[in-house]
Amino acid sequence: MSGVDTNNNIIEVKNLVKDFKKVKAVDGITFSVKEDEIFGFLGPNGAGKTTTINIICTLLSKTSGEVTLCGYDVVRERNKIRNSIGMVFQDPSLDDRLTALENLYFHGLLYNIPRSTLKERSEEVLEIVNLTSRKSNLVSTYSGGMKRRLEIARGLLHYPRILFLDEPTLGLDPQTRNKIWDYIIKLKKTKNITIFLTSHYMEETEICDRIAIIDKGKIIALDSPENLKNIIGGDIITILSEDNIKLKEYINEITGSEVHDAKEGKIRFEVKDSSSFIPKFIKNSPVKILSISARKPTLNDVFLDLTGREIREENASVKDSIRTRMMGRMRH
Amino acid sequence: MKRELIGIYTIWLRDIKRYFRDKPRIIGSFAQPILFLFVLGTGIASSFSTFGGGGGKEFLNFMFPGIVGMTVLFTSFFSAMSIVWDREFGFLREVLVAPISRTSIVVGKLLGGSTIAMIQGSIILLFSPLLDIPITFLIFFKVLGIIFLIAMTISSMGIILASVIKSMQAFQVITNFLLMPMFFLSGALFPLNDTVRWMNIVSKANPLSYGIDAMRFAILNNPALQLYPLWLDVTVLVCLIVILSVLGSFLFSRQD
Repeated sequence: MSGVDTNNNIIEVKNLVKDFKKVKAVDGITFSVKEDEIFGFLGPNGAGKTTTINIICTLLSKTSGEVTLCGYDVVRERNKIRNSIGMVFQDPSLDDRLTALENLYFHGLLYNIPRSTLKERSEEVLEIVNLTSRKSNLVSTYSGGMKRRLEIARGLLHYPRILFLDEPTLGLDPQTRNKIWDYIIKLKKTKNITIFLTSHYMEETEICDRIAIIDKGKIIALDSPENLKNIIGGDIITILSEDNIKLKEYINEITGSEVHDAKEGKIRFEVKDSSSFIPKFIKNSPVKILSISARKPTLNDVFLDLTGREIREENASVKDSIRTRMMGRMRH
Repeated sequence: MKRELIGIYTIWLRDIKRYFRDKPRIIGSFAQPILFLFVLGTGIASSFSTFGGGGGKEFLNFMFPGIVGMTVLFTSFFSAMSIVWDREFGFLREVLVAPISRTSIVVGKLLGGSTIAMIQGSIILLFSPLLDIPITFLIFFKVLGIIFLIAMTISSMGIILASVIKSMQAFQVITNFLLMPMFFLSGALFPLNDTVRWMNIVSKANPLSYGIDAMRFAILNNPALQLYPLWLDVTVLVCLIVILSVLGSFLFSRQD
């Protein structure tokens, strides 16, 4: 079925650039996705995640660069690519005046699934996302989480080789979010399928085999979650003290690592082994320590380390919010 | 090829299914024609005698094909414009990422809008006995043919606008500045041959004028009321369908 798959890469992207009128949404990115892995795009809103996905799935033209999927060219072999992918978009894309089964039926027709197997397959995918009992209800009666599950089911109906999940948990409450991930993990266990997902919730991308951290249209790191966290080089310690300036000097002296200001007047730094460091540190500190905590690094720390910004800054800069809005308009 | 045909069928089928499921729309579609025909029409017709003229009944008969045309105009236009709606609510992306060509989507949409217009137009024909207008099977099929031509023309216009306009807010503007003038200047409500010169000129540039003219021919078959020969009406409509639908699918197929 596929074209030339050397080194089992199912998606190859080389120097991809996408210019919108005023902004470079994607600024020369290169990466590949391996067959059967869970690959994640992590980055703030407006980083270029959705734009990249839209180009790979043939919804958006590229300015320059090369994109192939299953060996098919994204410009010349659109229909072959469309056949090989299942999509779950950031915003719902169901017809809510139709029932779940009808939505699946129309999808099946569009993807030329023989009617004899369509019914069976609809049941199968509804079972995966646990919607069998509601299959004949109008989608307008569904909750946000159910809609998202139905979209995952629909994305699987034509047995795609790759399933794209663009912010699959956006706008859902935490409990429902966890459930959606349970379904995705279950899906990965039962089917041979490559999953390409994006998220700006860093904890959610931890299920990925590999993650590309993307910011302002560029990939700034690409590795397994473990290796990415190793960039930090140890545990993160946060301290509240009576004299931060003096303490900073002292920490710098004994550890040699850089000390940053953190929220609520605290300071933050990294050490290799916090469990042996902390007792010694408290005993010898020249300043009174009011509170101290240590934790393993998260992907958010990695992002902070690489860009100097939090991944979800409350007040994004004006330019960033314009980027987001403009690209939101381009998504269609 | 077979695949594209199934794609066209799928897009068509969805529009039809949604139409029959939308009971308020079907019932509502009676309201406007009844209002125009039996309230406005009857009112104007009886005012003729006030101002010293006759022919009230003839006026209502004259107006009847115009009202069928009006129904076709609004139905087919808003059917095609539902693309804007689908874009807003996301379903359009499900269709755009499916392995069928953009042209098939446009053709499916045009046929869907035309089918619904044919159903709606036929419903209006049910009122003909009230006006003593005989509708034979032959007339019925002629009318269906004309409805199809008008609907394809107007739907193609709708596709063009839906491809250019991306927001729902533009709907009201289009209705007020395009659809209503098209309707008023089409000869649906009053004869165009004896009106002021500018109106006559503008109406010649109005696609709907030719549709209404043909519709009047099919329903009343009264040469005195015709503006153009039938062959001219049909030729103009067919040419417009070809030009507008090609332009429509070109604009719809543009990425970004």
